[in-house]
Amino acid sequence: MMSILMTLVQTAARFMPDAKRDPLIDSHGYVGKPLDRVDGHLKVTGGARFAAEYALDDMVYAEPVFSTISKGKVRRLDTSVAKRCPGVIAVLTPHDMPRLKAPTLVDFSKLDKIAASNLPVFQDDRVYWNGQAVALVVAETHEQAQEAATKVHVEYDIEDSNVSFDANKARATMPKDVLGEPPEIKIGDAEKNLAAAPVRVDAVYRSPYYSHSAIEPHATIAVWEGDDKITVFDSTQFVEGYRNSLAHVFGIKPENIRVLAPFVGGGFGGKAGFWWNTVLAVAAAKIVKRPVKFALSREGVFRIVGGRTIAEQRVAIGATVDGHVQSLIHTGVTATPSHARYAEQCTFPTRHLYATDALHIAQYVVDLDMVANTWMRAPGESIGTFAVESALDELAVELRMDPIDLRRNVEPKRDPTKDNEFSSRHLLEAYERGAAKFGWAARNPQPRSQRDGSWLIGQGVATAYYPVLRLPGAARVRVNADGIATIHTAANEMGMGVATSQLQHAADRLGVPLQCIEFNYGDSEMPSSPMAGGSCQTVSIVASVRAAVEKLHRELLKLEQQDPASPLKRAKYDDIVARDRGLFLASEPSRGATYVDILRRAGKQHVEAEGTSAMPMEMMKYSMASYGAQFCEVRVNDITGEVRIARWLGSFDCGTVLNPKTAMSQLRGGIIMGIGMALTEEVLVDDRSGRIMNASLAEYHVPVNLDVPHIDILFNDIPDPHTPLGAHGIGEIGITGVAAAIANAVYNATGKRIRSLPITLDKLL
Amino acid sequence: MKNFAYTKASTSSEAVNLLESSVGGKFLGGGTNLVDLMRENIEQPDSLVDISSLPLRDIVENPDGSVTIGASAKNSAVAINGPIRQRFPVLSQAILFGGSGQIRNMATVGGNLMQRTRCYYFYDHASLCNKRTPGAGCDAIHGFNRMHAILGTSSHCIAAHPSDMCVALAALDATVEVESRRGKRSIPFVDFHRLPGDTPHLETELQPGELITAVTIPKLEAARRSVYRKVRDRSSYGFALVSIAAILEIVNGTITTARLALGGVAHKPWRAFPAEELLQGNPANDEVFRRAADGALAGAQGFHYNAFKIELAKRVIVSTLSELAQNEGA
Repeated sequence: MMSILMTLVQTAARFMPDAKRDPLIDSHGYVGKPLDRVDGHLKVTGGARFAAEYALDDMVYAEPVFSTISKGKVRRLDTSVAKRCPGVIAVLTPHDMPRLKAPTLVDFSKLDKIAASNLPVFQDDRVYWNGQAVALVVAETHEQAQEAATKVHVEYDIEDSNVSFDANKARATMPKDVLGEPPEIKIGDAEKNLAAAPVRVDAVYRSPYYSHSAIEPHATIAVWEGDDKITVFDSTQFVEGYRNSLAHVFGIKPENIRVLAPFVGGGFGGKAGFWWNTVLAVAAAKIVKRPVKFALSREGVFRIVGGRTIAEQRVAIGATVDGHVQSLIHTGVTATPSHARYAEQCTFPTRHLYATDALHIAQYVVDLDMVANTWMRAPGESIGTFAVESALDELAVELRMDPIDLRRNVEPKRDPTKDNEFSSRHLLEAYERGAAKFGWAARNPQPRSQRDGSWLIGQGVATAYYPVLRLPGAARVRVNADGIATIHTAANEMGMGVATSQLQHAADRLGVPLQCIEFNYGDSEMPSSPMAGGSCQTVSIVASVRAAVEKLHRELLKLEQQDPASPLKRAKYDDIVARDRGLFLASEPSRGATYVDILRRAGKQHVEAEGTSAMPMEMMKYSMASYGAQFCEVRVNDITGEVRIARWLGSFDCGTVLNPKTAMSQLRGGIIMGIGMALTEEVLVDDRSGRIMNASLAEYHVPVNLDVPHIDILFNDIPDPHTPLGAHGIGEIGITGVAAAIANAVYNATGKRIRSLPITLDKLL
Repeated sequence: MKNFAYTKASTSSEAVNLLESSVGGKFLGGGTNLVDLMRENIEQPDSLVDISSLPLRDIVENPDGSVTIGASAKNSAVAINGPIRQRFPVLSQAILFGGSGQIRNMATVGGNLMQRTRCYYFYDHASLCNKRTPGAGCDAIHGFNRMHAILGTSSHCIAAHPSDMCVALAALDATVEVESRRGKRSIPFVDFHRLPGDTPHLETELQPGELITAVTIPKLEAARRSVYRKVRDRSSYGFALVSIAAILEIVNGTITTARLALGGVAHKPWRAFPAEELLQGNPANDEVFRRAADGALAGAQGFHYNAFKIELAKRVIVSTLSELAQNEGA
C-alpha cells in the first residue's frame, strides 16, 4: 500500500506551506469550558434511543446458531424441529440467502468501506472459526427465536485447524504493510550496537486476546422498501462506512441505503468493522419481507465480533552507562486470520517516541482459524506501549536512573523514523507537571521499600502515545431567519460527547449563543463524516464545520454586498469576524449585522452552505501525536499477590482541550480500560477447539468500581498550531501506557517484573 | 428459553405439593442462579414453583442459643442482621463478599445452597461435561481450570462450588432443615453438598421433592471471633480463587476451638477437619498454623492452571489464623 505515489506526496507535503493557523485557537469562547453534556439528561432518563430500542410495526426477531468447530464444513443442518417451534417464521441457512458479494476489507487510502473480514457472509457451508453463525432463526418474538435456535441440529465434517498462537507463532510471516506503513525499519545495525552496549535489557512481553466489552451489544434493525431501498438502525460507529459496505454487499446504490445510529453504547473499535450481524439482519429482512431486529447476546458478541489480538513482543535496548540509547529493537508477532489480514500496529509507538543511534522495528503475523481480529481502543499503541515502556523501566533500573530522567535523555529533536518536525510535542512538560502533582520525587526506587501491613506499595510511570489523525469530511450549516443555526454531519456518538463539544465549537465559529444551534448527526444521509475511530472524529468534524461556516459567511457577505443599506457592503471575507450573533468588521467593532438582520434585509428564510475540509496534508508534513505520562500507585498483597490500584494521575499533552469535563471522562475511561487490560481481562480460547470459553461479562473480567481509584487528569492545554482549534483527538491515548505503568509499579512494590498480561495474582506468588 | 409453567406457593406444604404434582418442576427462590441457568439452557424445568413468598424469612434466636435462618431470607437481610453480625461475623462477612448488592438483595439462603458451579465447560453446550450429560466426559480437566477444585476432585469432574455463604455455614457446623411430603428432616451442613465422584451431576443430598425450609446454626461462643477472607482476581463481583472461613478461640495461648473451611477449592464448601485437629489443643503460633495449613491441603491436586491455589490456600490459612490470634491477644 505504501506506493511510490504516496512517497512522492509525502515528500512534496514537507515543502508545502502550512495551512493558516485557526484564528479560534487564540479566542476565548465556549471552547475550553467544562460544559455538561447536552444529551446527559436524555441518557440518564432513558430517553436516548439506541439501535435495538426502535419498535417498528410488524417487526420480527433473529437469533443465530453458532458453529462449535473452528474449521470444516457443515455436513448436515436439520432445521425441521426448529421450524415447528412456536412463532418461528424461518430458519435461514446459507442456501436461503440471496447471493451477496464478499465485504471489502478496510482500505486505508479510501476508508469508505470497512469490513473486518472479507469472508463471504453466510454464502456456503464452510466454517472458518468456532462461533461463526451457521443458521439464523427468525421468529415473532425474541424468546421464540432463542428457543428455536437451540433446536437446530448441526453436523460437521471437521478439518484440522490452527487455533493456538503458541503452537503456530514460529511460522509467522512479515505482512506487506502495517496500516500502510512499512512492516520493518532498520536504522544502523541495532543488533550489533546492542551486543556492544555497556547496559542492556532484552525481554519478551506477552498480552492476551482482549474483548471491547462495550456495554451495548451489537444490534441492527433492518427494513426494506421494495427491492432496492433499505433503512438500517445499527449500533455502528461509522454510519457512512456501513452504508457503503451494505451497498457493495447487496449490490444496491448507496443513496438507496440509510443507516441511522443516533446513540451508540460504546464501540471502542468493535463497532467500526462491518460484521456479520448487520448483513444477516438486512438479508433476513429481505427474505421474510418484514422488519428484522437482530440484537446480539453478550455471548454473540464474543462469537462473531473479534477483539484485540494476542501478541508477543520483544524489546531490547542497549545504552551507555549515562543513559544514552545506542540500540532500540522492537519486534512483534500478532495473530490475524487470512480473511482479516490486520497486523495490529504494536511497534508504532517505538517508531516515534525515542532517540536512538540504531533502531530495528519488525512486525510479523501468524494466521489462525479464528474470528477476525480488529481495532480495539488504541490498537497497537496500547500493547506496544506495554512492551516498550516496560523495557524502558527495566533499563532505568539497570542504569539506577530515575525513569523520568531516562525519558529526558531519550527525548528526540525530530521524529526518529520519519525525520520530520513534530507539530507539537511537549511530553517532558507533561511528565514534569504530572510528577509534581503526583509527588513522584518522594518515591523510593528500591523495590519492597514501602509497606502497609501485608500490602507492599509501589509507584510506576510510563509514557502514553497516540498519533493525531484527521480525515476529510463535510458538514452543512444553515442559519434561519429567527437566528437559529443548524449543523448536519453524519457523525457518530458512542458516548464521547460529540454533540456537546461540536456545539461549543460551532457557537464560537458562528459567534452565536450555544442555545441557538442544533447539531444533527448519526444519519448516513447527512454530509459525509469519518468514522468515530482513530481518535479522529472531533478534529475532523471541527475542520468540516469550519469549512462549511466559511462558505456560509461568504454567502452572507455576498448578500450584504448586494444591499446598499448594509453596513458590510464593502467588507471582504478577511475583514470580518463572527460574534454577537452576526458578522462584524474586525477593524471597526461597532460596524456589522446580525444573521437575523442580514436574512431580513435579503428577504430570505435561511442561508445554507455545505463545506468540505481539506486533505490532511499536515499529517504528511509533520510528526503529529498526543503524548502523556501515566503515574500510578499500586498495592500488592505480599501474602496473596493481589494487585490493587491505589491512585492514578494521567498528565496529557493533547493540544487544546475542547471540553475538560467530557475530555477527562474519556481519558478516565481509557485508563480504566487499561487497568482491566493490565490486571484482569483475557479472552480464553481453548487451544483444543478454538472456542472462547468465557464469553460473558461474568467470566471476562472488566474492572468493577472497587478496582478503580480516583483518577486525576492534567492537561498541558498547549494548542497544536497545525490543527483546527489546536486540538488533538483524545479517545484512545488514555489506555496507552497504563499497563506498563502498572507493571512498573508492581516491580517497584515487589521486585518482580511481570512481562505477561494480565498481571494476575498467581504470577506474583 | 423453553416455555415453562409457573405457580406460586404461599406455604411450605403447598410448595412441596405443587412440586410433587408437577412434571420436571423446580423451586424458584431469588432466581439469581436458576434463571441464569435457564437462559443458558442448562436448567430446563417444565414448571417452576415460586417459593419467594413463603413465610420463611425470619431469623430467630432459639432458647438453646442456636439461630434459625428461614430459607427465604434474603442474603442481604442475613448479612445485616444484628445477632448474626455479633455472634457469627464470619457469616455476615462471607455473604457481603459474594455477588453484588443487587444479587444479594434477590438471592435467598436456600437458593444459595443450591447454586451451581461456574465451570466454563459446564456452561458451554459445545463442551463435554459430566454434570450436564453424565458419562460424556470432562473438558475442564485438560482445559481452562484456573477457577477449579484442588481437593476432592475426581477423574469425572473438577468443578468448584461457587458460594461464599456456604463456606461460613460449613465452618459453623450448621444444619439444613428440609421438608417434603414424606415429612421433615435435618441434614448436617458439611454433608449437604457432595463430592463429584463418578456422579458429579448429583450435587447435594437433597432428595427429589424436598424443600429447604431453614438453616440452623448451633450456639458457638468462639464464633464471635471469626473471619472470612476471600482472594479473587478483582475487588468485587468475582468468584473466589481461594476463600477461608476461620474461627479461633485461644485460652492462655492454647487453641481451644478451631474451625476452618475453604471455598473455591472443592466441589463443596471444604471443611478442613485435619487442620482443625492440628490446631486444637496446640499453642497459637505460626509454626502450628503452618502445620495446620499443610494438613488442610494434604492430598490436594493441582491442574495446569490452578496448581497455584495449593500454595495460595496455605498462605491464606496461615495469615488468617495469625491475624485472628493477634486480635485475640489484643
